[in-house]
Amino acid sequence: MRAASTPGALAPREDRTAQYVLIGLAFLGTAFIVAVPLAYIFWRALSDGVAAFAANIIAPDTLHAIWLTSVVALITVPVNIVIGLSAAWLIARFTFPGRKLLLTIIELPFSISPIIAGVCYLLLYGRQGLLGPTLGAADIQILFALPGIVLVTLFVTAPFVTREVLPLMQAQGSEQEQAALTLGATGFQIFRLVTLPNIRWALLYGAVLATARAVGEFGAVSVVSGSIRGQTNTLPLQIELLFNDLNIVGAFAAASTLTLIALIVLIVKTVIEGRVGREE
Amino acid sequence: MTLSLSHITRRFGKTEVLRGIDLEIDKGELIALLGPSGSGKTSLLRIIAGLDWPDAGTLAFDGQDWLSRSAAERKIGLVFQHYALFPHMKVRDNIAFGLNVLPRAERPGKGAVAETVDRLLSFLQIAPLGDRYPAELSGGQRQRVALGRAMAIQPRVLLLDEPFGALDAQVRRDLRRWLRGVHDSAGITTIFVTHDQEEAFELADRVVVMNEGRIEQTGRPDQIYDHPATPFVARFLGLNVELPVTLNAGRIEAHGLDLSALPRRAMPDGPATLFLRPADILPLPDPNAPFRLTEIASTGALLRIVAEDGTGCRIEAEVPRRAGTRLETGMNVLLRAEAGQVFPGSAQGRATAPAAASDITHALKENRP
Repeated sequence: MRAASTPGALAPREDRTAQYVLIGLAFLGTAFIVAVPLAYIFWRALSDGVAAFAANIIAPDTLHAIWLTSVVALITVPVNIVIGLSAAWLIARFTFPGRKLLLTIIELPFSISPIIAGVCYLLLYGRQGLLGPTLGAADIQILFALPGIVLVTLFVTAPFVTREVLPLMQAQGSEQEQAALTLGATGFQIFRLVTLPNIRWALLYGAVLATARAVGEFGAVSVVSGSIRGQTNTLPLQIELLFNDLNIVGAFAAASTLTLIALIVLIVKTVIEGRVGREE
Repeated sequence: MTLSLSHITRRFGKTEVLRGIDLEIDKGELIALLGPSGSGKTSLLRIIAGLDWPDAGTLAFDGQDWLSRSAAERKIGLVFQHYALFPHMKVRDNIAFGLNVLPRAERPGKGAVAETVDRLLSFLQIAPLGDRYPAELSGGQRQRVALGRAMAIQPRVLLLDEPFGALDAQVRRDLRRWLRGVHDSAGITTIFVTHDQEEAFELADRVVVMNEGRIEQTGRPDQIYDHPATPFVARFLGLNVELPVTLNAGRIEAHGLDLSALPRRAMPDGPATLFLRPADILPLPDPNAPFRLTEIASTGALLRIVAEDGTGCRIEAEVPRRAGTRLETGMNVLLRAEAGQVFPGSAQGRATAPAAASDITHALKENRP
């Protein structure tokens, strides 16, 4: 609540009951919908003791899934940063035919169900797909392998960086960059010394959101990965697999790992959000 | 000669922003580009700065072609209207920016940069602000930092876009005097853009009045103030009383007006338009005069009066309040013009009967005293 809306000491007393009831309901609702199920994951994961939990985490397949998920995130997030930043810069600084269209296309993955992305890639790169025969002849494996997983993850995470950086770039305009230009800075110096510092928190925030999405993506990846145990199973897919195997402790252990990653991302995001707010 | 512009034209789509600008600027001059918004003055400044290029024309500095050079190669100092300081750098680093981005071979050492910055900080009278961030400064202080940043690279020409536009009145006046002082002691050729005539006249050695992409008049402030060259300049400089008059052998004549104080003009006989400042019209009580005072309002220092002649001619004038104590509404007055400018042709919508035009030289010869 903003200070301005808090009544002063001399304001007439009003009944606050309704206010407290609503606040209480909000907390209760959030607890049942979000907090309790999440806490339950950890409780179930640890229900057979810490030893069983640890054993399940270091089970080779689960460990491999954690590793694969990390690799996918480590590839997709930097690519996203480069592409997202370039697109935002292009859209914010230049006017050209198709500018609006470009923005719309970048934002498309927000509104499309991830499973559609998966199916699209399947149709494009599959054996009977558009590029399938060519790729097959060249002996390049896209589907049911790391490249396919990376590609669909890129698809679903494409909008995040641009979405965060673009409004800031548009609001700041290009005068600082022009000033740097007249002061003799080269293009790279302008980017490094003027453009980047101005958008760094928004950029990082976009990258964090993209990371969270890349790590947690299930739908699109499940279509193209083929779910080969110990080979193409990412952490979310591994959880489903363990669950279907009725390995409840294993599933919850893997889920708790993913949740932990998500919580860390959430904390980082909250810290950055404060910074972004202050700079704007 | 330092900066030489000729036939500069610039089009944005179908809009002609600059329609042939010719201008010579001498070394060390302080020039004001004065004009209403949309007159092309900022577009011209951006072309000189190297942030935009004309569609035709030439721009040369000391004989070197500048259109083939980038902004950085021209070494100009540009101060933006909203300063465009780098918010994540301290004042000190903002000022040092132009030195720190130089190629390694040309870049002065850390100590030399710090020395330059310290010298500029005290020269611009902001020595205590070096370690602050731009967000912690007032508008006037930011303006000084922006100027310091531009001056650090020892620019050949200093360009300022509406330098006082975003400041309040008192700070504007102080900064104006300060900038004049900075210019006089640094001696850098300076061009600034403004829409405020008072600012242009107080500060500049020479004022360039622009309108719709053209230069209407160039000259010293007093010269322009006393002799506006075109009806546009006259209106822009506050000569907003427009009266239909007749030129007769170089004399300006109009019914009910005493125009004897105005010098004779070397212009053909016929209808003309007289432009007057409200403050240059003196009402003299005269029961036989056609004008009657219909309104008198005080603004404190001035009386704003309205005089009408009953035929639809309405004149507004300003009189110092203490000089106008005898004036009352309803009184008949003779209006005496102390100064004014006349242009051939009739005032808009108020055509007078055309008189036979005669040769200027003939008219002058006839009436030489």
